[in-house]
Amino acid sequence: MGGDRHDVERSPHVSDEIRKTTCYMCACRCGINVHLRNGPDGRPKVRYIEGNRDHPINRGVLCAKGSAGIMQHYSPARLNKPLLRTGERGSGEFREIEWAEALALATEWLGEVRERDPKKLAFFTGRDQSQSLTGWWAQQFGTPNFAAHGGFCSVNMAAGGIYTFGGAFWEFGSPDWEKTELFMIFGVAEDHDSNPIKMGLGRLKERGIKVIGVNPVRTGYNAVADEWVGITPGTDGLFILALVHELLKAGRIDLDYLIRYTNAPWLVIEDEDSADHGLFARNEAGEPLVFDRHKQECLSSKSSGLKPALKGAVTLPDGRTARPVFELLAKKYLGEDYAPEAVARETGVSAAQTRRLAAEIADAAFEREVVVEQPWTDMKGERHERMVGRPVSFHAMRGISAHSNGFQTCRALHLLQILLGSIDCPGGFRFKPPYPRPIDGQPRPHGGCKPGEPLPGPHLGFLRGPEELLLQEDGVTPQRIDHAFSWDAPMSSHGLMHMVISNAHAGDPYPIDVLFMYMANMSWNSSMNSGGVMEMLSDKDADGNYRIPRIIYSDAYNSEMVAYADLVLPDTTYLERHDCISLLDRPISEPEALADSIRWPVVDPATQGEGRDVRGFQSVLLDLGARLGLPGMIDGNGDPLYADYADYMVNHQRRPGVGPLAGWRGKNGGTHGRGDPNPGQINRYIENGGFFEAHVPEEAQYFKHANRAWSDWAIEMGLQDGAVENVFQLYLEPLRKFQLAAEGHGDRQPPDSHRERIKATFDPLPVWYAPFEGEGLSKDEFPYHAITQRPAAMYHSWGSQNAWLRQIHGSNPLYVPGPICDEAGLKDGDWAWVISHHGRIKVPVRRMEAVNGKTMWTWNAIGKRPGAWALDENAPEAKRGFLLNHLIHELLPPKADGLRWSNSDPITGQAAWFDLRVRIEKAEAEEHPVSLPQFPPQKDGLAEPPSVIAYGEEWEAKQ
Amino acid sequence: MTSLPPATEKALGLVIDLDTCVGCHACVVNCKEWNTGGYGAPLGDLDPYGDEPVGSFLNRIHTFEVSPDDAPASIVHFPKSCLHCADAPCVTVCPTGASYKRSEDGIVLVDESMCIGCGLCAWACPYGAREMDPVENVMKKCTLCVDRIYNENIPKEDREPACVRTCPAGARHFGDFSDPASNVSRLVAERGGMDLMPEMGTAPVNKYLPPRPKTRPDTAAASTSANEPAPEGFLGWLDRALERLG
Repeated sequence: MGGDRHDVERSPHVSDEIRKTTCYMCACRCGINVHLRNGPDGRPKVRYIEGNRDHPINRGVLCAKGSAGIMQHYSPARLNKPLLRTGERGSGEFREIEWAEALALATEWLGEVRERDPKKLAFFTGRDQSQSLTGWWAQQFGTPNFAAHGGFCSVNMAAGGIYTFGGAFWEFGSPDWEKTELFMIFGVAEDHDSNPIKMGLGRLKERGIKVIGVNPVRTGYNAVADEWVGITPGTDGLFILALVHELLKAGRIDLDYLIRYTNAPWLVIEDEDSADHGLFARNEAGEPLVFDRHKQECLSSKSSGLKPALKGAVTLPDGRTARPVFELLAKKYLGEDYAPEAVARETGVSAAQTRRLAAEIADAAFEREVVVEQPWTDMKGERHERMVGRPVSFHAMRGISAHSNGFQTCRALHLLQILLGSIDCPGGFRFKPPYPRPIDGQPRPHGGCKPGEPLPGPHLGFLRGPEELLLQEDGVTPQRIDHAFSWDAPMSSHGLMHMVISNAHAGDPYPIDVLFMYMANMSWNSSMNSGGVMEMLSDKDADGNYRIPRIIYSDAYNSEMVAYADLVLPDTTYLERHDCISLLDRPISEPEALADSIRWPVVDPATQGEGRDVRGFQSVLLDLGARLGLPGMIDGNGDPLYADYADYMVNHQRRPGVGPLAGWRGKNGGTHGRGDPNPGQINRYIENGGFFEAHVPEEAQYFKHANRAWSDWAIEMGLQDGAVENVFQLYLEPLRKFQLAAEGHGDRQPPDSHRERIKATFDPLPVWYAPFEGEGLSKDEFPYHAITQRPAAMYHSWGSQNAWLRQIHGSNPLYVPGPICDEAGLKDGDWAWVISHHGRIKVPVRRMEAVNGKTMWTWNAIGKRPGAWALDENAPEAKRGFLLNHLIHELLPPKADGLRWSNSDPITGQAAWFDLRVRIEKAEAEEHPVSLPQFPPQKDGLAEPPSVIAYGEEWEAKQ
Repeated sequence: MTSLPPATEKALGLVIDLDTCVGCHACVVNCKEWNTGGYGAPLGDLDPYGDEPVGSFLNRIHTFEVSPDDAPASIVHFPKSCLHCADAPCVTVCPTGASYKRSEDGIVLVDESMCIGCGLCAWACPYGAREMDPVENVMKKCTLCVDRIYNENIPKEDREPACVRTCPAGARHFGDFSDPASNVSRLVAERGGMDLMPEMGTAPVNKYLPPRPKTRPDTAAASTSANEPAPEGFLGWLDRALERLG
C-alpha cells in the first residue's frame, strides 16, 4: 500500500472571523488574533489564538500560556453569578444572587463606611492591569488604604530604578537587543516581559552575542545562557559591587557620561553632627553645587560648560567642607570589602570568575562601542554629532528584588550600568515611553481621610524625605493599614499588600470594616503564611463576629480566595471584557515606540455558557462609584457619568486632553496623545488590531534622559507637561535624610526601635547587607536557602485550572542539590520535611545538580487547596503539589528587642520572599504520601467539570 | 504492511535549535490548540480536571540534566515531535495503510479513518513521537501542520507549522531539506545540525542544532588588562582621565 491515495484537504476552512485583542494569560500583554468559528450550537466558539504579527510586544509569537487561552476561557472554574456566603468563611458555601442584590449590598456596606470613616475600607487589587482606574476610584472614595500588588512583587526594582535614573526594567525599559554586545540577566520572573525577553535572547543567539545568566537555578533562560553564575540567593548586590570594585580599580568607567548625566560631581557636605551632614551643598536657589576645576569655584550644577571636579575637599561659601559624590563612591567601592576575594565565600562566585566577568563587561563597553550616526541636542543646548553607546545590557526582576536588601541591590545594579555609561545609549539599556520619568516627574503619596470626602491626591508616589511620611499626629503611628510610607517602610511606593490582612486582623493601627479585593489570591499563594492568613480571615471576636467584618471579592474563577469572601462579584474572562493598557498605568511601549492597547469583548459572555451572568470588574466598580455618588463618577443630576468601562476609557480625562487611551483622540480621531475624547476611539483601536503605536523620532531614540527632541516629543504627546530634569542619582539624598532623622535630627524622627536599622540600611550609596531572615537565625539550624522559580508555562495560580497547562505542571517536586541529598540521605522520589523558623512542610524530592549548592527550589504556585479551581479534590496539585508560602512568615523571627518586624525590605516594604532559610530532613516512608499541610476541601456550586475534552471535534477536516 | 515512497519530491521538516530553546512550551501548547481543531481533530484530554489528566500532544518538551565531569551541570530542553523519517519504521509496520509518507513533501501522516489503534507504529518509532489519543483511541502525530503550510485561507507568511510561527525565541525553523539552498539546509550546514539517534537507521528529516559550548567559571580571561589597576592608582588615573576630557 502506498501513500498517494490519501486525500488531504490543502486549504481547509480555519475560522469565520478573526478578532484582535490583548492577551491576559500573564502580565506580558501580547497582541493576539482570536479566531472564531461557530460551534455546533451556532454560537461563536474560539477556534485558535495566535500572536498578532503587527503588535509591538510580541511581533506574532505567543507563549504556552497565551496558546492555552481557549482552556482558560472555557474553564469549568469560571464564576457565573454573584455569590453571597451562606456557610462559614473558608467553606466555599454560597447562594447565587442577582446583580441587583449584589450591588445594593456592596453599596450599603461601602456607603456606610464612606460616610462614617472612609479609612475603614481597605481596597487592594492583585494582578490588576487597571490601577489608574482602581486607584482613582479609591481616591474618590476617600480611603487612604489602596494599593495593588507591587509591594509583594517587584517594588524594589521599580522604586530602585525610578529613584536612581527615572526608569526600570520591563515596563519602563529593555536591553537594546539589536546593538548590545554583552547581556547579563539576573533572576527574572518569567511572566514579566515574557515574550520580549525570549525574542531578545533568540536575537542575541542569532547575532552570536554572549548571554550571562546570574541565578541560583540553571533552568529556563539560564539553561541557554553561555555562562552561568550560580549565585547564592540574596548576595547579588555583593557580586555586583565586586564588579564595580574591579571596574573602578582598572579605571574602566565612562567619566564623561558621569559628568554629563549624573550627580557624580555634586558636592556632599561634610559637617559631622550637623543636620545637613551628608546632604548636597546647594546655592540659595536650592540648586546642588559642583566645584569647577577650571574656574576653581563652586557653581550650580545646572550651569552649562562645567568642568567639575570629581575628587578633593572643597571649601563651601559658608566655610564648611564638601566632597564630590564620585570621591565618596570611589572610596567606598575600592575598599577591600568589595574585592572579589572578599565576597566569594558569601556569593558562591569565585574571585576569578568575577574578575573575568568584569573584564568582559569592560571590554564590551569600551572596546566595542556602538555608534549611531544621528545628531542630537541635549537639554543644555549642546549639539552632538553622533550617538555613541556602551553596548553592555542587563536585565533583572524579582530574583534580586524579593529580598530584604533588594532596594539597595537594585540600586547597585543601576550604579553599575551608569558607571559604564550604558543607560539609554546604543547597545545599552533603553527607556520605553513614557519613561524616563524621574522623581521630579513623579507624584508624592497622599494620605489623610475625611468622612464623605475624596483623598487630596493619588495614594502612591515617591516621597523625598521624612516630612512626607504618612503618619498620624503622633508622628509615629502609620496612617495606612499596610504601614506604607511609615517608619516601617518609608519609601514603599507600591504599598505593602502582604501586610494588609495581618494588620487588619490585629487592628494595627486600627481595625477595618470592609476588605475589598480584586484578583488577589490572598488566602493561598499570594500571601506569606497562607495557613495563618486563612485563620485570620475567618477569625472571630468574643462576640462571635468576624474580626474583619466584611469581605467583598471579585475574581473570574473559583480561586482559594473566593471561599473567604462574604460577597463575590464574578468577573469576565479576558475575551469577554473591555480593558485599556494605558500610558497612565503600566504601559506596553517598546523603546522605539509609544504604545497602548485595549481588550474588547471578542465574544459576548451571554453566548459563552448557560446562565452565564458576569460583568467586567471595572464596569462594576464604576457602577458602584455612581451608586455611592463618588466625585467624577456622577453628573450634576447624580446620574452615572459612565455607562461602563468602555465609556470611561473613551471619555474620562485625567488632565484636559489626556485620557486612558492615547491614540485617535480629537473629534475625528486626528490627534494622538492629547486631544478631546473621540466617540469612535475604540473602533479605531479595533480596526488597528487592538493597539496604538507612535514611533519615537529618530533624534529622540537615545539619551532620552537628556535629549531635547525627546522632551519636546513627550510634551507634545501628553506624556509630560513640561521639561523634567533627570540627573541620575548615584547618591540618593532622600535616603540620607532618613538616616539624619535616625541620627536625631529634625522634627520627625523614627521611634528608637527603628533608629539603628535605618542608619544601617538607608545608605545614600548602594550597599549590601545580609538578608534579615538569615541574620536572625542560626546558620547551623537553618543552613539552606529555599526559593521558587516561575515556570514559563504557568501564570501564578491561574494556570492550574487550565486543562492543557496542568498536564505540563500538575505537581511540583522540591529540587534539592545533590550534595544536600547525599547528606540527608535523600534520593529521587523520596519525601522530605522542609523546616523553617515558622513551619514545616512535607514535599516530594527530586535531585538536581545544576543549582547553587546551598539552594533548594520549586515551581511557584502549583500547589492548590483541595476543591479550589474546579479541580478534583485528589488532583495532583492538591496532593503532591505544595507551596513554600507555608514556611514564610510575614514577620521576621523574634529578636532580642521583643518586636516582630515585617519580613520586608526596610526601605520599600517589598516582601522578602526569597530570604527564606530552611533545613531538610528525610520523611518517614509511607505507602501513599501526600504533601503537608493539607486543608479541608473547598466547596463550590459549580457544574461538575467534564471528564473528557474533545475540543474542536466538530471541526475535524473530513479526509 | 505499508510501503514507503522510494523518494520524495521535497523533504519538509524542522530544524530545532537546542542552543536557543528555553523550554517554554510555547510550541507544545500552540501545536495542541491548532491541531485540536485541525487535521485529525480533536486531540483529546481524559480526566482533564481530575487526579490523572492525560491528553494527546503532538509535540512535547523533555528536560534533561547533563552533569559532565569537567564542567558544571547544565539543563537541556529538548522539544520532540515526529521527525518525518525517510525510512520511517512507523509506516512500514502499519497493518492497515493508515500510516503513510507522502511522496510530494515527505510528511508522515496517519489517515485516521483507516487507523485501528493497534499501536504497532508507536512501538516501532524509536523516538516515542506517536500519541495514542486517549479519547478517540486512534494514533495521532505531528502533521507538520499540513493543514497550514499550503492553506490559501491564511496569509502566506503564516503558512508554516504553528510551532514555528509561535516560538518566541526563534528556536524552530521550517523548510525543505532537499534544497541545499533552503534556510534549513543552510542552518544545518553552518551549525552542525545533527540527526537524532542516527544508529537507528531511520534517516530522520528533522535536525537538531547542538548547544554552543558554555564558558566555564574557571575559564581564564582572554586579557587581564581590564583587571589591572591603573599604575598611578585610581585617583591618579582620575586626574589623567579628567585632563583628557578637558
